[in-house]
Amino acid sequence: MADPLRAAVAIAGVGDAGIGEAPPGSRPLDLIGTATVAALADAGLTTRDVDGLFTASAYYGMPNLNVGEYLGIRPRFSDSTNLGGASFLSHVGHAAAAITAGLCEVALIVYGSTQRSDGGRLKSVAEAFPDEQLYAPRYPITQYALAAARHMHEFGTTREQLAEVAVAARAWARLNPDAFARDELSIDDVLGSRMLCDPLTVRDCCLVTDGAGAVVVTSTERARTLRRPPAVVLGFGEAHWHRNISQMADLTVTAATDSGARAFAMAGLGPADVDVLQLYDAFTINPILFLEDLGFCAKGEGGPFVAGGRIAPGGALPVNTNGGGLSYCHPGMYGIFTLIEATRQLRGEAGDRQVPDAQVALAHGNGAVLSAQSTVLLAADAAA
Amino acid sequence: MTHRPPQEQAATARAMGHVAYQHCETCGARAAFLRVLCPVCGSTDLTVHHSAGRGVVYSTTTLRTREGARDVSLIDLDEGVRVMGTVAGVPPEDVAIGLPVQGALDPEGGDEPRVIFTVERDG
Ligand SMILES: [Zn+2]
Repeated sequence: MADPLRAAVAIAGVGDAGIGEAPPGSRPLDLIGTATVAALADAGLTTRDVDGLFTASAYYGMPNLNVGEYLGIRPRFSDSTNLGGASFLSHVGHAAAAITAGLCEVALIVYGSTQRSDGGRLKSVAEAFPDEQLYAPRYPITQYALAAARHMHEFGTTREQLAEVAVAARAWARLNPDAFARDELSIDDVLGSRMLCDPLTVRDCCLVTDGAGAVVVTSTERARTLRRPPAVVLGFGEAHWHRNISQMADLTVTAATDSGARAFAMAGLGPADVDVLQLYDAFTINPILFLEDLGFCAKGEGGPFVAGGRIAPGGALPVNTNGGGLSYCHPGMYGIFTLIEATRQLRGEAGDRQVPDAQVALAHGNGAVLSAQSTVLLAADAAA
Repeated sequence: MTHRPPQEQAATARAMGHVAYQHCETCGARAAFLRVLCPVCGSTDLTVHHSAGRGVVYSTTTLRTREGARDVSLIDLDEGVRVMGTVAGVPPEDVAIGLPVQGALDPEGGDEPRVIFTVERDG
């Protein structure tokens, strides 16, 4: 029997604001407002139609209250699940459940940050864990460096293969006029850039930008009556296994094994059915881990898998077609932008970076230190 | 059974240059992150022990800051638990996965005692 949540809801509108560097003096709430206006206009709706509010933030302790107040939205369903950068993909699943249960009808998922304008410091909700804090890891790069080093040790993954991920992201970004980093980038450039935390150089790390994104979710039935073609939610899954890196059982296996399996099971699909992927690339090791854990290649083969431009423009498997967190934008948490780009690809409105005939898209979010994983499978209506 | 709060027990061990770990008397699971329950089976029948401090490097990185480069590693202790630590006495770039190490009180720890690791030369 098909899962009752399969294809129950769809993304009806997407919008962004302040990507890269926001107008001087902007606050996160201003960007959230502008992205919301854009996403609702995209759907042909207004703030008056929104009755479900989903957000997460490192700025506001009770972000739904700040965002609801600012936007003038009085939701009857409100969720501030905070799984770090994975939050917004989980929000899609939670919105699907709420809409299907009749608890709300139009859900707004929104996020914004002025991290770059703030001076680049990662606004973090990370609390000190005494067992680790005594060794002063630099959160979060040290944790990802430890994962990358272990992957290299166990499977022979190379720094060149990590660099392939950054180079592919940059090549996609060069096709995206809205991407923040569009200069040419070679593997040698990545290898030769400043080492921050071995084996990760500054070019193995995501950007520090401003930016906001908004996504409107409603029933697939209603989405079909709205302005733009729906991106139908075929499946979703979430999982988290740890908070602190010393508590992660195997640094080469993430909870994406669970979130991905759950999403594929709900959708009745497998990796071979996916035309385009958006994988949260906070660091170059991330897409390698997620390609393995989501079943696109075997465990340990992620390095060779991404080599030779396979995930770059013109390669066999298009990954992070907007340029990703490595080259498009990364305002503290990136997850919502995986949903926005997946939707644009399914609608065929991605311009020079459009993947021909993209029918099924996978969006994947990662939170904290490989801690939380959340996967959403989307499809054009014809493929749903 | 009455217990002192887990973080107090961890701090007591640390002040002696030891890593504390909990052993679940119900399922045998061990954890160096002391809690009030077993994270595997949920049992509260726990005993707290001190590791002998011997282990191997599970993963390692050299963190480069304005103040210089230093090692941050994850150590798998022989008792079957993993902790974060730092390997001292060798250049941070020379710390490698699989290296046998021995933990002891950091002589420069000051008022915040911590365990640091040195390479076990006789393995
Ligand atoms: Zn137990």
